[in-house]
Amino acid sequence: MAEFFTQTGLGIALLITGQVLLIMLPLLLCLAFLMYADRKIWAAVQMRRGPNVVGVWGLMQSFADLLKYVVKEVVVPAGADRAVFFLAPLVSLVMALIAWAVIPFNEGWVLSDINVAILYVFAISSLEVYGVIMGGWASNSKYPFLGSLRSAAQMISYEVSIGLIIIGVIISTGSMNLTSVVNAQEGAGGILNWYFLPHFPMLILFFISALAETNRPPFDLPEAESELVAGYQVEYSSTPFLLFMIGELVAVVLMCALVSLLFLGGWLSPVPFLPDGFLWMFLKMLFVFFMFSMVKAITPRYRYDQLMRLGWKVFLPFSLAWVVFVAFAAKFEWFWGIYARWPM
Amino acid sequence: MSVFAFYLFAVSVITGGLFTVISRNPVHSVLWLILAFLSSAGLFVLLGAEFVAMLLIIVYVGAVAVLFLFVVMMLDVDFAELKAEMAKYMPLALLIGLIILMQFVMAFGAWESSAAAEGLRAQVTDPTRFNTEALGLILYDDYFLLFQLAGLILLVAMIGAIVLTLRHRVDVKRQDVIAQMMRDPAKAMELKDVKPGQGL
Repeated sequence: MAEFFTQTGLGIALLITGQVLLIMLPLLLCLAFLMYADRKIWAAVQMRRGPNVVGVWGLMQSFADLLKYVVKEVVVPAGADRAVFFLAPLVSLVMALIAWAVIPFNEGWVLSDINVAILYVFAISSLEVYGVIMGGWASNSKYPFLGSLRSAAQMISYEVSIGLIIIGVIISTGSMNLTSVVNAQEGAGGILNWYFLPHFPMLILFFISALAETNRPPFDLPEAESELVAGYQVEYSSTPFLLFMIGELVAVVLMCALVSLLFLGGWLSPVPFLPDGFLWMFLKMLFVFFMFSMVKAITPRYRYDQLMRLGWKVFLPFSLAWVVFVAFAAKFEWFWGIYARWPM
Repeated sequence: MSVFAFYLFAVSVITGGLFTVISRNPVHSVLWLILAFLSSAGLFVLLGAEFVAMLLIIVYVGAVAVLFLFVVMMLDVDFAELKAEMAKYMPLALLIGLIILMQFVMAFGAWESSAAAEGLRAQVTDPTRFNTEALGLILYDDYFLLFQLAGLILLVAMIGAIVLTLRHRVDVKRQDVIAQMMRDPAKAMELKDVKPGQGL
């Protein structure tokens, strides 16, 4: 039986399909509750109750929303480019989902353990902008178009600093495999061995860039409702809109996973006497997501020129200087060699 | 399995390239071009060059094609005028295409690879290393100066582009970010008690 799944073409295809479902279904299920958690946290900060009607404490709210979206009518603007219009939400969702193929959840719990995993995630997250651009253009309407132009410029700007921050981590690890990145953070010190200490400023920069990359507040200029109504989503309704929303949230959760893997030690336990495991990864992702929600609740939206200035004139020089610093620190083993963790 | 993947990617590269040329809408052209880029990244993965594949996606699809799309979306293209232009240059373009085709046929028709050349098609790098590592070793050890030179040329090109586009107009009111951030609400606002019928 085991041979059928590892030898024959059909068996391998079935096995991979099974693994994909094993990642996707829990992810999408978690997503429903994360959406609810997002709204609850937001409400709590603003001293409201948030969703509390559907199910116990409103826990079923996301499922009610899902049903509502699906049964609504799909409206297509008259001058829209139909093919691109419907392709855009799909691109947005698919790009957000396929990045999960290389994310390890525990030692060995990964669909595809490739040695350019970090680059792969970076490449896929740079493709997510296409959903927004295509959606904005194909709607053939002013506000979506402005939203998509903003989004294109914004995502390209922040990708550069994300790339440089990732390079610092790669230099420290000596590998682009995400499992190696986590294993490089293992040590007797537990939490003290994680990258967030030696790479501390970059954790903050990465977090802020991730906010900009996923169009979350305070950088949600592509959908700024006060100026652009809802940006590229204006003309979307029903299931296509739902796909956009799921895609956006999956991208956010992906960034949570990346922050936990790159800086917070992934599945490693913070204290030596507790065992490592998936639960730690899950808790860290939840923590980062909580930070994402809090930022949404407590910060006002940036102005567009402030956003560009922050990306190009603050983050880019700082992260570039940091790469040079990490390169020197790793090469000459400054600070007791905490920057050089590659296997000798 | 990999043969199937090869034909899938190969067909989609060619389809993407073809539709890039014959699409009527320039935005569709760019989207087809992106498909071609992605499929050729797939071909690189099949060759075992995963690093180059990822770079192709990051650089070309993630940045260059976004800028293409950015520009093309904002252009107001007059298709009738474009068609007239195309008709004018068609004979010349056909002639050039024909010459290149003939050159290819002449070059590759008489192509006879020597038996020794087959050996060169094998992997040139150390098979025990990942290709990111192998590429890094070649770039930074053997061709270090050339690599630096390429970087320098890119830097010059970047500075050139900035110099060409940067224009300081004196009659524009510019914003001073430092001054904006240093503003103090206590100094920026003044409360006045305005008496009715008098004004300030």
